[in-house]
Amino acid sequence: MSRPEHIAPPELFYGETEAKKYTRNTRIAAIQAEMTMRAVELLNLDGRMPHYLLDIGCGSGLSGEILDEDGHMWAGMDIAPSMLDIAIEKDVEGDLLMQDIGQGMGFRPGTFDGAISISVLQWLCNADKTENRPRYRLQRFFSTLFMALQRGARAVFQFYPENDAQVEMIMSISMKCGFTGGLVVDYPNSKKARKFYLCLFAGQEAGERQVLPKGLEGEENSVGVAYTQARIQDRSRGKQSRKPVKNSADWILHKKELARKRGKEDVPLNSKYTGRRRKPRF
Amino acid sequence: MRLITHNMLKCHVKNCKNPDKQFPLQFKDVKLEQIEAERNDEFLVRMLPRLDWSALLKTTKELGIVIPEKVPANPADDDEFLQALHTAILEMHVKEGSMICNGCGHEYKITKGIPNMLLAEHEI
Repeated sequence: MSRPEHIAPPELFYGETEAKKYTRNTRIAAIQAEMTMRAVELLNLDGRMPHYLLDIGCGSGLSGEILDEDGHMWAGMDIAPSMLDIAIEKDVEGDLLMQDIGQGMGFRPGTFDGAISISVLQWLCNADKTENRPRYRLQRFFSTLFMALQRGARAVFQFYPENDAQVEMIMSISMKCGFTGGLVVDYPNSKKARKFYLCLFAGQEAGERQVLPKGLEGEENSVGVAYTQARIQDRSRGKQSRKPVKNSADWILHKKELARKRGKEDVPLNSKYTGRRRKPRF
Repeated sequence: MRLITHNMLKCHVKNCKNPDKQFPLQFKDVKLEQIEAERNDEFLVRMLPRLDWSALLKTTKELGIVIPEKVPANPADDDEFLQALHTAILEMHVKEGSMICNGCGHEYKITKGIPNMLLAEHEI
């Protein structure tokens, strides 16, 4: 699997072309929507009330549109200007901020009822500039986020961890900053549909106990976006069409055609007998 | 950016340690635009305790937006108050300009409605 965070820092990687790709591609949008809905579900909000939410790494506002539909107000932050430009073009409802989450955020204590973040956290584990120290950045991020949330609020991060060490680092730093909670893994048995959600609680309200939700199990194809092997199938079909089986009629016709094209004379004419199997003989 | 978000924002420069002056950020050369939005009374009442009223009053005065001096005793039933609050915090968008921290002097530029909150290397 290719990892964009290995290619370039986010503000460069999501340049104009990549930003457009990300927004135009209906499949990416569908997966993003599905993950956002799951993240909102994990936030465990009181469904009838409008909430003030934070979208960390909002990009072009794909997740924001889902939050709008649910009637929530939101503010989003992202580091890539091209993505934010697309968000402006789309006239998203929420407020946008251009911010590097690794530098922390300056919200007053208790501002938000919850925070969601889709496919962002893994970017923080990278040291793509000399002054970037992942541990320090994660710590600054989680501690300022903890401050910005209401007591008892949740923060849900969907992310693609590269290895167990990364998960451990993120978890231990978030716990150090005061969060409780843990990792929710959806479809743990499917390599493609498996999704990691870091579900964090910023303290708890009096009299309420926060329980970590369970991950989804079972057939991943029963919901949402289907994961197909379309690309792989395509490739094998393409190969077949290019190369007929050796010694078959098609192969002989192909060879003769090639010979004629190359200007060879004495190439036998094609007939109904060309490449036909002979009768079995004793 | 709407004023509701401005009312929540303070300076996040690491060595800006003066809590009294970090908030609110001072607007400079602001271009305002009013974009109508649907009013949601429940949300407004919910957000009311989270708003810093004196800061909001100060900011709106500078920008020339009129809101009541004091929060009424029963805001949920005061239609006029809710409408004024809604216009001020959810309909007024700051499109261009900048926000300046009174503590450390960092200037957050706003372009196309998006404030640039990125910090320099020595500020993190």
